[in-house]
Amino acid sequence: MKKTAAILFCLCLLAAFAAPAAFAAPQQTINVCNWGEYISSGAEGSLNVVAEFEKRTGIHVNYTNFDTNEGLYSKLASGAADYDVIIPSDYLIQRLIAEDMLETLDFSNIPNYKYITDESKKLYFDPEDAYSVPYTYGYVGLIYNKTMVSPPPESWAALWDPQYAGKLLQFSSPRDAFGTAQYLLGQNINTTSQADWNAAAQKLKEQAPLVQGYVADEIYGIMEGGNAALAPYYNGDYLMMHDNNEDLAFVYPKEGTNYFCDSMCIPKGTRNKQAAEQFINFLLEPDIALANAEYIMYATPHSAVRSNPDYSLRDNEILYPKAETLPKTQIFENLPPKVLTQMNTLWTEILQSRGGGGHWLIWIVLAAAAVAVVVMLVRKLRDNRR
Amino acid sequence: MRKKNSPWLNAPYVLWSALFILAPLALVAVFAFTDQAGRFSLASFEYIAQNQQLYLKTFGDSLAYALEATVICLLLAFPLAYFMANARQRTQRLLMMLIMVPMWMNFVICTYSWRSILEDHGILNTALAWLHGLVSKEAFRPPALLDTPGAVVLGMVYNYLPFMILPIYTVMSKLEPSLTEAAQDLGANRWRVLEQVVVPLSIPGVVSGVTMVFVPSVSTFYISQKLGGGSSLIGDLIELQFLGSAYNFSLGAALSLILMAIVLVCMLVMKQFSDGEESAFVV
Repeated sequence: MKKTAAILFCLCLLAAFAAPAAFAAPQQTINVCNWGEYISSGAEGSLNVVAEFEKRTGIHVNYTNFDTNEGLYSKLASGAADYDVIIPSDYLIQRLIAEDMLETLDFSNIPNYKYITDESKKLYFDPEDAYSVPYTYGYVGLIYNKTMVSPPPESWAALWDPQYAGKLLQFSSPRDAFGTAQYLLGQNINTTSQADWNAAAQKLKEQAPLVQGYVADEIYGIMEGGNAALAPYYNGDYLMMHDNNEDLAFVYPKEGTNYFCDSMCIPKGTRNKQAAEQFINFLLEPDIALANAEYIMYATPHSAVRSNPDYSLRDNEILYPKAETLPKTQIFENLPPKVLTQMNTLWTEILQSRGGGGHWLIWIVLAAAAVAVVVMLVRKLRDNRR
Repeated sequence: MRKKNSPWLNAPYVLWSALFILAPLALVAVFAFTDQAGRFSLASFEYIAQNQQLYLKTFGDSLAYALEATVICLLLAFPLAYFMANARQRTQRLLMMLIMVPMWMNFVICTYSWRSILEDHGILNTALAWLHGLVSKEAFRPPALLDTPGAVVLGMVYNYLPFMILPIYTVMSKLEPSLTEAAQDLGANRWRVLEQVVVPLSIPGVVSGVTMVFVPSVSTFYISQKLGGGSSLIGDLIELQFLGSAYNFSLGAALSLILMAIVLVCMLVMKQFSDGEESAFVV
């Protein structure tokens, strides 16, 4: 009886796996890979953009997330994934173009490209506008908690202020973290000079004992819960945090900061380029772009959204800073592999300089193990002699 | 005499391990000794040698964290396993249940949840602040619990403790009660029974448990990243080579290979302890 039940159960499981493949109607599918929380998802009464696209076109969308540009690159480079649409950042797009990993776009399939503002065209990483369509852009700045930080910070130097020891956060992505030191030192963030990188690393080592943690997405919980005073992060994410904690404020440090742009691209090897272009075009439909801009809370390069009076972030000065409030900006460019490997090594040194506390236990255990091994060997020898 | 099993019964496992264990291992070795273009090269090992101070410290730290976690697990698990093995059937089942339940949840979620327990305004510090308010009028300064080495070790202990308890419990629950009785009849007190009968006979379980806690602890990167607030253990470093900006998988593979060698040496040392016992790996 039990055996029959078990066999039946196994068959059901098998059927569950096999069924979708066997019965699904032949349908077009595209694989889309985007940052997390980077599309209007239907949460809290917003529009579910992916479902809307499927409804309007009948094309099935396999929607997945990536969490770092580098992670996306390694998936593409190793051939572990076949994506039809990806939305990486500027310097990765530059690298993908250089390594011939992107398709050129057929703009006759993307008529909505006309909505892209002039200032977001012909960007440095794709000067011919052949491979990418801008999705969002933004700047890095300092987020601080007004109840813990006064006076309001003006400079990146606030991240080195011992007054906030243990209450500072820093990027966990090496390139962004190095950036904060490089703005302060007045360096070019794309420098290939070893001395520059060493100087920036030295600066970050000085900071390490003050840092509470090197974080990425964890920052939401930490800042919203009032667990840290100061953190460098992206402006759109700040707006999301501010919705949950009114004590937070944001400033562009005077030394300058990073401008970034995330654009939609089609990687080489796509099996459905036309549907992919259709998806890109769909994201540029004025109503869809508006829903996304409201949900993602990053600046949009879409002219119809920018001029739409219903767009609640239209006059937001953090997203769309006036020229006089925004300091000099720098863009990340792709660096040679040798520099990147060196940067990773420096980064490891920085993390190690946090000081992990003495590991006295390891010495005790190792000594005990050594003694035990010796005793056992001696015993064994003695036994054998007998 | 038992009938000899057909060698074909091995086939599924042999195929599985060839595909999913041996082939990836071979790939790691190939990557470690080639450069990005696929030519034979020792560049990765040379790079490690050039930066040996950095890598020595990384390996040392990782071993230290893993050892701490293993020792703490052992200290917690051994008495519990002993208690369980000697408890009534119902208590045993209940305890087993309590040990297994956390394993039903994804370990990523379990680890992340520790953040909200340990953070400055988290559950633990809120409770401490309340207690502090009962006895003192001074403002409470929450101790930093999260993003510290202690939190990383805690995460390891939390996640891997069941792998220490289960093998020790399995061995202990199979001990012949007559052995303990015999020892008692011969005049041994409870302490001597434990020392001379129970402990030596449960060594295989301990060795198995130590291996199952130590090996994943030494190579973890998720726990150290989420609870250590940016740490530089060897697992993090290997991950950085594959998912970081340099995308230097030769270096990552070389580091993995060295880590494997170290773990192998550790296990050989462990084997010394269980020599002469029936089998080292029970579960």
